[in-house]
Amino acid sequence: MKRLYSDLHLRPNMKDPKQTVNMVNKAAKLGYRLLGLTFPLNCGEQEHQQMKEKCIEAGVDFASRVDLRPNTPNELIRDLRRLRRKFEIICVACQSKNVSRQAARDRRVDLLSFPSFDFRRRFFDRAEAELASNSLASLEVDMEPLLTLEGAARVRLLSNLRKEASIASGFDVPIVVSSGASNESLMRKPMELAIMASLFDLEKHSALDAVSKNPAAIVKRNREKLSSRFVAPGIRVARRGKDC
Amino acid sequence: MLKRTKRRYLALDVDSAETFEPKEFADGIWSAVTRLYGEHGASQTGLVMIHCDMERKFALIRVTNAASDMVRAALATITKIGDKPASIHVIAVSGTIKALQKRVKQR
Repeated sequence: MKRLYSDLHLRPNMKDPKQTVNMVNKAAKLGYRLLGLTFPLNCGEQEHQQMKEKCIEAGVDFASRVDLRPNTPNELIRDLRRLRRKFEIICVACQSKNVSRQAARDRRVDLLSFPSFDFRRRFFDRAEAELASNSLASLEVDMEPLLTLEGAARVRLLSNLRKEASIASGFDVPIVVSSGASNESLMRKPMELAIMASLFDLEKHSALDAVSKNPAAIVKRNREKLSSRFVAPGIRVARRGKDC
Repeated sequence: MLKRTKRRYLALDVDSAETFEPKEFADGIWSAVTRLYGEHGASQTGLVMIHCDMERKFALIRVTNAASDMVRAALATITKIGDKPASIHVIAVSGTIKALQKRVKQR
């Protein structure tokens, strides 16, 4: 079966509609069928709708995404309560160990992301992976730093990613590979992202899943949960009315 | 008996508003491969520039089959050629130039 490729982390400047449209069009041209665009925390339903229309025009599916950067676990819980029903994808950029542990165990978190430039704050270890494997969180790997970093910094990042990918595979934590692109020149084809994942020893099959199956599964699961028919996992409203 | 080296031909699309001299373009690819895999790794790729048409932003390179993924990863890491911003996308891969040209025409 043909894979449907997804990029769940495009970071256009939302204040620049021209750049956003160009990036969406380029993603469609590169072969993506599902895009996750990062919105600011305070954006409204109208902005989501406008972006959705632009994506439909370009021929790609759209998923709204928010990146949370809480300083404490309580702040994370508060943000999740406030935003979970507004966005299809919630990613937590883990700034501290406490936050990363809370994010890994919370079933409302879809993606765990760690700073690419600060190696001491990459908290994805065995304990984190075990918590994530019992919840629904996936590990997100952005490719933009691999393109922009050079020399020793890139070597250290690759070394960390190799370790994290191996831990994630060991605990069956899905890996999602995204571009993390903030401009058009940093966007790559899905196959190129998958091949770049081989730099941190992700097998070809797993790398292809990381740009197709895993992100699509997150969006499908959340759309089901956000639909008005959803009651609980496995229970949904089949019909409404007096004759039920 | 010496085993025949299998080769792969890669058709490349150069995504840049700038134009490049063929030598500058080839140096850009070599430098990306060397940065990522070192001189020892680069020596295993068997990288050769076959054709370079910078007006059409199209190039054709040859690599060894064993190292084709290495070269593709290195090509994906290119963000600049010389000092000019550029990215390179692989359009098609094939074992012969003839088949590659057919695939490129189909796209």
